[in-house]
Formats: sequence, C-alpha cells, structure tokens
Amino acid sequence: MTKLVVDGIEVDVPPDFTLLQACEAAGAEIPRFCFHERLSIAGNCRMCLVELKGAPKPVASCAWGVRDCRPGPNGEPPTVSTKSPMVKKAREGVMEFLLINHPLDCPICDQGGECDLQDQAMAYGVDTTRFHENKRAVHDKYIGPLVKTSMNRCIHCTRCIRFVAEVAGVPDLGATGRGEDMEITTYLEHAMGSELQANVADLCPVGALTHKPQAFNLRPWELSKTASVDVMDAVGSNIRVDSRGREVMRVLPRVHEGINEEWISDKTRQHVDGLRLQRLDRPFLREDGRLRPASWAEAFAAIAARVKAAAPARIGAIAGDLAAVEEMWALKLLIQALGSPNIDARQDGSVLHPAHGRASYLFNPSIAGIEDADAILIVGSNPRLEASIVNARIRKRWRMAPLPVGVIGQRVDLTYDHAHLGAGPDSLDELAAGRLDFLDVLKRAERPLVVLGPGATARADGAAILAALSGLAGSIGAVAGGWNGLAVLHGAASRVGALDIGFVPGEGGMTAPAMAEAGALDVLFNLGADEIEIAPGAFVIYQGTHGDRGAHRADVILPGAAYTEKSGTYVNTEGRVQQTGRAVFPPGDAREDWAILRALSDHLGQRLPFDNLPALRRDLYAAHPHLARLDEIAPADGAAALSAWAGLGAGGGAGSGREPFRSPVRDFFLTNPIARASRVMAECSALQTATPALQAAE
Amino acid sequence: MSVRRLARAEIQPATFAFTEENERWLAAQVAKYPDGRQASAVIPALWQAQKQHDGWLPKPAIEAVAARLGMPIIRVMEVATFYTMFNLEPVGRWFIQLCGTVPCHVKGALDLKQVLLEKVGDQQHVTPDGNFSWLEVECLGACCNAPMVQINDDYYEDLTPDLLIGLLADLAEGRTVKPGPQNGRRSSEPLDAVKTLQDPALFDGSLVGGWRKRFDAAASAVPADGARDASGPGDPKAAKPDAGRAIERPVADAPAQRAQNGEAPIKPAEQAQASDPGKTSVVDPAPPAPAQPPQSSKSYVATPSKPEDGRVAAGSLGTTPISGAPGQGGPGRRDGSDTKPVGADPNASPGVAPKEGR
Repeated sequence: MTKLVVDGIEVDVPPDFTLLQACEAAGAEIPRFCFHERLSIAGNCRMCLVELKGAPKPVASCAWGVRDCRPGPNGEPPTVSTKSPMVKKAREGVMEFLLINHPLDCPICDQGGECDLQDQAMAYGVDTTRFHENKRAVHDKYIGPLVKTSMNRCIHCTRCIRFVAEVAGVPDLGATGRGEDMEITTYLEHAMGSELQANVADLCPVGALTHKPQAFNLRPWELSKTASVDVMDAVGSNIRVDSRGREVMRVLPRVHEGINEEWISDKTRQHVDGLRLQRLDRPFLREDGRLRPASWAEAFAAIAARVKAAAPARIGAIAGDLAAVEEMWALKLLIQALGSPNIDARQDGSVLHPAHGRASYLFNPSIAGIEDADAILIVGSNPRLEASIVNARIRKRWRMAPLPVGVIGQRVDLTYDHAHLGAGPDSLDELAAGRLDFLDVLKRAERPLVVLGPGATARADGAAILAALSGLAGSIGAVAGGWNGLAVLHGAASRVGALDIGFVPGEGGMTAPAMAEAGALDVLFNLGADEIEIAPGAFVIYQGTHGDRGAHRADVILPGAAYTEKSGTYVNTEGRVQQTGRAVFPPGDAREDWAILRALSDHLGQRLPFDNLPALRRDLYAAHPHLARLDEIAPADGAAALSAWAGLGAGGGAGSGREPFRSPVRDFFLTNPIARASRVMAECSALQTATPALQAAE
Repeated sequence: MSVRRLARAEIQPATFAFTEENERWLAAQVAKYPDGRQASAVIPALWQAQKQHDGWLPKPAIEAVAARLGMPIIRVMEVATFYTMFNLEPVGRWFIQLCGTVPCHVKGALDLKQVLLEKVGDQQHVTPDGNFSWLEVECLGACCNAPMVQINDDYYEDLTPDLLIGLLADLAEGRTVKPGPQNGRRSSEPLDAVKTLQDPALFDGSLVGGWRKRFDAAASAVPADGARDASGPGDPKAAKPDAGRAIERPVADAPAQRAQNGEAPIKPAEQAQASDPGKTSVVDPAPPAPAQPPQSSKSYVATPSKPEDGRVAAGSLGTTPISGAPGQGGPGRRDGSDTKPVGADPNASPGVAPKEGR
C-alpha cells in the first residue's frame, strides 16, 4: 500500500492505483474526458491535471501511477493538490483548448443536458474566447444504424475506439489523420460489426456520437427514469427505462458489476420502438376465421365455454420467453386447478428439468465468476448471439491472461481466440474419450468452465448429450471443491424462473412440442410463446403483447403488458432474482398479465387465491422462498446435478446423433416479439449481410 | 497539412500484390519481431508497397498490408494517413518535396516555391506528362545546406531558383543529375574561407586528455603533510563544478537557497501572487514602465529588440492582453473584443520582411 496526501487527507491505496483513483479514494472529484475505468488509459484529454508536489508541471492524474510519486525530502508521503489555484488554472487552459474547435451548438445537440463537456465547462470554462481563427469542420461519418455522428463536436478522447477494440473485440473504429485533422471513422465508413456498438454513444463524453434512433426526439430532463431489468436475453442486464408520458423513449444501462458492468447489447438498448408498434391493445375473438375486437367479458365467456367443454387432460399451457414469474405462477395454479398436468415453459424443447436439481439449469459460476475460470469449453452455444454480455465477459477474461477456449458447435467469430473442436455430439464423445488434446488442457485447469448452450439442450438427443457432458465434466473436475464450473446458458429471460417454480409437465403431462402437435389438445393457453409453431386443431388462447406468430394462430387474444409496463420477477441465467419496474402503463385495454389470469380464473370457476400483486408474491414466496431475495443467487448443488444427468444416458455416449449443434438464435436482432416489431432492429437485421460476423453460420 | 483521404475510386487499381522480391524482403522485416507482433512491421510494409506502386499507396495496397500482417484494415489506415511520407494520391515520376521550414525559408525557399509553382504547378498535382509533382514539407534536416528539395530518395541542396530550374530541366530530359549540394560545395563544408577550428593543436592529439592533466597538476601542488585538514574554505575544490545550482551560488535568491538557510522556501507574498485565480497567463503585470522602448511599426508583435526587455510588459501595445487585466477598450469588459488577433492589423507588414538584394 502507498500513502498519499490528497488535499490534506491522507489515503492509503494499492501501489497499482493511478493518481486519479487515489484522489477519488480521498473523495476528490477529478474531471476527465478520455479516462474510463473499464478501458485502457489514453491520457490525451489532459482534463484530469492535478498538482503533485515536486513535479515541475501539473500531471495528468489518470496516467500517473501512485508508485511513481516521489516522497518529500524527509520521506513525507507525496502530496497532491486537486483544488489549488494552479490546478484550476491548468484545467481552464485545457478546457479553453478543447472548446476552440467545439461548436457552440448545445441547443440543437442531443447530448445537451447529459454532456460531460457541458458539465465540466460550467466548472472550468471561461466565458470568452481568445480564438479568432475559423473553427475546424469535420465531415460526418456513417458508422452504423445505431450511432449518429456529428464529428465537429469530437474532442478526440478515443473512448469509442478503445471500447470497440477492447471490450467489443471488433476493431472497426480508428483515428485517421493527425493533430487537428484527426478523424474518428470506420474503414471506408462501413457500419460497425459489433452487437455492443451502441455503447460507444454512451461513452462519448460530448455529442459527437449520439443514439441515432433517438435523434432530435428527447431531452434528458423531460424523461422519468425507472430502474428495471432487460428481458431480451437471459442475462438480465440492469437497465434504466426512460419514459415520457405513456411512451418508453429509450433504455440505458445501469451499472451492475455482477452482470453487465455498464454495457448492454444493441438489442437491449434499441428494441424500444418495438414496444409501441404492433401492440395488442384490446381483446380479440376469432369468428368465421377472422379476429375481431371484443370486450373482456366476451373473451372470457368464449374461453370459459371451451374450457368447460374440454376434458382436463386435453387442456394445456405453454409459457413464452418474456413471461415473468408472477404470471407463470398464476397460470400454473390455474391449469393445475383445472386438473391438467400439461404445462411447459420450454417451447424450444429443451431437456433441462428442475428434477435434475437447480444447479442443472443455472450458470453456476456466475457471470462475474467467468473471470476466475482458467479454461473454457463452450458446447452448443454461440454466446455472442445468445448472451452478448456474457461473451464480453469471456473476452474480458481472455484479455486478462491467456485463456484456452474450446468450442463444440458452429464455427463462429467469438471476438477471442478459440479452438474449434468439432460441430456436434460426436466431437463431444471424442473429447470425452481423450482423442482431442483439449481434454488435457481442461484437465490441467484448476477451475474449468463448461458453457452449455441451448443449441445442445434443445434437441431430441439432449438427454444423451447431458449424460455425456456429465461424464466429461466429472473427469475434468468442473465441479470440485469450492468451484462449480457447470454453466448453462439460456437464451430466454423467463426460462430459469419457470424452471424454478416448476413450470414443466406434471405426472403424465405433455411437453411444449407435444402440446403444439395437431390433435394433442383441445384448449391451449399460450402465454406469449411466439417461437413455437402450434398446429391447427386446438382452441388457442394467446395472452401477449404483440401481434406476432402466436397472435396470428390464436382464437382468443388477451392483451397483456410488456416488461416495461409491469413489475415482474425474472431470474437470469445465473439464478439471480431481479424485478422489472413499471415505467409506463399498458396500452388501451391491455392489463398486467397476472391480473388477466386472476380475472379469467373467476370466469372458469377456479378463483385464484390472491387479489393483488403483493398477495400473489406472498403466495409465491411461501412456495419458493429464494425468489424473495432480490439480486441474490441461491446456492445450488453442482455434484447432484451431474449425477442426475449421468442417470439420463443410455450408456452409449452422446454420439447417437451426428447432427451438428446449432444456436437457436438465427438472427440476433429478431429473437422475440418486441424486437421483431421494432423498425430499428429490422434495419440492423437487414444490415447483417454486410456484417457477416453477427450472422449465425448456416 | 490537411485532411488526408484515399485517392478517388476511378484511379484506384483493382488489386495489389507484393512482388516476389518485395514479399521476401517483407518476410525478413516481419521476422525481426516476436511472434504475434507482426504488426510492428506495418511502416516498412507500407513503405515498400509505396515504392513498388510508383510512389503512392492505393487502397488495395493498404488492404494487402493489413491482410499480410493480420491487422484490422483501419489500423493500417491510421498509420497510412498519419504519416505524410505516405502518399495517398498519385505522384509524379520525380516527386519533389520542398523544405519550407525556417532555415530554408530564410535562405530563399519561397523563391524555390515560386519556381515550382511556375514550372510544375499547384502542390499535389502531377504534371500532364507525369514527370513531376511537388509538396511543401516540414524540415528535412539539411539546414546546413539550405535551401533544399528532396526528389524521390535524394537530397538536392544549396539551391537557387536558377539551379532548380536547371535541375528540373535535366530530370525532364533524362540527363543524369548529381544529388547533394548543387553549388559546387562538398557536403556541408564551409563555402569559402575556413574561419573556425583552425588551431592545428586541435588535430595533432596534444589536447587529448588535457582536462585530466589539469587536475593532476592541481593535486600534486597540494602539500602532503596533513594539509588536507588545514585546508580552508579558500581551497579550490577540483572536479566538483557547481553546475549552476542555486544553492552553491550565494548571489541567487532562490527557494532552494532560502530552504538551506532555514527560511520559508516560498515567500507568502509570492505564493499569493502566483496563485491569483484571476490570471490565466504566466506573464506578470509589470509596474507601469516609465518609458516604452520605441517599437517598430513594421513588427506585428511587440517583441522588444533588446534582450533586457525580454519580459513582455502587460498592456504594451499590440500584445494579447492578459485575461483579467483591464483591456484598452474599456474597464471590466471581457468579451474578446478587446483582444486583437495576431496579424489582423492591415497596416502591419506580413510576417516575413521582404528580402533585399536577391
């Protein structure tokens, strides 16, 4: 530890701290533009100058290590001053130079109100200019459909370049020219090829990079901000939903060190226009093959007539990828009350089952725990598409120190070096049998991590694959001591919550694909499941938010609330319980989903035992206490999961099927009904032909 | 310097490939760096590509270098646009780089520029016959032979307008030209009489180790019988120059000196003055000078001509006023209208005084 006196306050900081971090530890506020905690140090904006006793000039605190500070003549700790007149004068000088070429267009700038330069100019700007030459004019660049450029405003902090190269791992941005002529651009103004690219607009300390879909649409001070959780994938990125009136205007990341740090994927950020397009805002009833608007009473009456006529075993329910735990709990109770075992939330046909233990369907090492792993095997997953934030975390780990990564599945660009070991279950068998060198790497590793994606579990031979994997995981010591390296990666936000509350077929019940088959059921309750093709025959009640595939097939449509319109519990892929917040109200006649089910239960004569959300949650928490502990991961027994999986195999290994693993995400930007309704996502999807890295390999 | 972009699409070649010889050369360059650091060879690679491709870098060459070194194309682009020695546009068969930096400037580079403008045309334009194009560049490091131009790989120095015209004509007609000084001088030797370093003792070896002999002589002059103890403060101390340190020079009134004498190193009054937040310039406002030295009306800045006046006095005419000090326009107003841009005075002559007797 190193002792330092900052503004008269003595602090003791680790020697690898920079002066800026030490000053912040002492409570001093240091202005900065180029410095960012999660990026490499550039030291080129000079805004963080501080006075270091003994140094002849002010020093850039972001690029000055505390171990480089010399003690005083009698061994006194180095003395730093962050508020002295000299520091203020130096920063004013820097600010004056930054403003020389910065246009005075704050009134029409989208960054206005949340601009670092604006804020810091209030403290360090001078009210007059001594610069009488012409300002620099810079050609605006096209760098993609999500980021708007206004390059006159660029102050050359290079945060965007560093983010794209270091965190996103797609080095598309660069600075051409030099000095005054330096320009930020992509090569020949191609679009950036990263699924995290919109973060550069968040990083930009000025208005040079702003969010294109929100251009000229909003001012930060007119928005109400709601803390929430993303449901576009199973990562559960923490987000802030900014709304104006009845409309969600944008989504910004919130910092959560355990999950998304401070990044979110482009889909998480820019699906928001899908929240107001294609919405179901009133009940519909199919008459003579056509859907017509109906009242709630009519819709419930039609459902009640069909349900009462059906045998209990011919009734079933499928929950979709965006459903919250609350409504799945209500639906489970309702279907059970009707006497049917047919419920399933695994519309992709996954073989993961809560009977194998909770560890058998969680990302057990946790997302932050990826940084502790020393070898990674990815089976049947393309984490870049299924969980971009998890992929960014693996890349972060890979950048920290050499990390062997093996992939069994599609041959894709994951933004880090990896060994492609094979395509399908046969390669898994070969690896387990030791015919591939990578097995030694995994065996030597102290904390190996096995990522199991939906491409391997959602298959007919999934059980055999799980059995083979349990043997492999056991032989490499993936679950040993304090380390549980069994990491199941989900693609659907609702999945872990559904498995937690047991939204799976009961005794003799049918799975989702079985229910969707022709003639399997008379009445099928579809809670927002849009990724499954339901064969003609059954009477389908669709409760959801968007006029997507499920609604087209429906006989009755009950309009529900999207995740921004309700407080819903979601459990992310690592088992962390989180809740969304209600930012706006559902449109038109749409209602919160649990309330619809409660009202329906009344019409079906099976009244559910709760009248409000707290009562529902009391009921839910009594049955599943871990769901009450928000932002916590209940520990799960990895060894039990492995032994449960081992019992699944017929003993023949995984090689029964030679069909290669395929990620269920064919198109990153169109994985759920909200994203499919979004124009911005459609534009990104259309652009994928130009950025083949994001395309699932066919 | 201006914004540098790739040449327009019509003149870009479709493909670029290193010749076999250059590929071998490049492999040797890449081999100089450790594994995984091939990108370090990007500048030699671009340079060789430029040499191979008539002195300029087309887009396919940049892509070829990126592919060869396993770099993202934008990283190669950054390097190619950063260094002005990489030409992104076609150049003439003889690419002339005229040094326009101060030493060449005072020795007549402006006249050479005029010649090039007349004979070759505007900068960065190739003559119709494809022979010439030219560019004004910063110092090429041949100031001792100013003014000079670089044509392709060679320096042509000590030029006059006539010599340059002749040189251009020789090149255009295919005559062999001699690089180096064009006025008969050998390298950068004195042009006429030798005026310095004339003492033959400098060259006969007699001075080698002379400094040591002085110390030896001084040491032998000291008496051996305990005189060292009696040595007073007046004794010369050999081999310890004071290096101009303030501590050892009693005349200085420096903070270090004060600290040695046990006083406060910084006088409180000075500290208060130095930290005046109202000031943004390091220049102290001088007490009102009794009489300003006469200023030349030709000069656009009030730089005094005598060294003792090196301290710029606040409020002196024509300098940028100190921010916070009352401007000439009126008391207290700081809207920039009181500052005068350099060179904005129409009566002042341009920065360069016309040279006489040329």
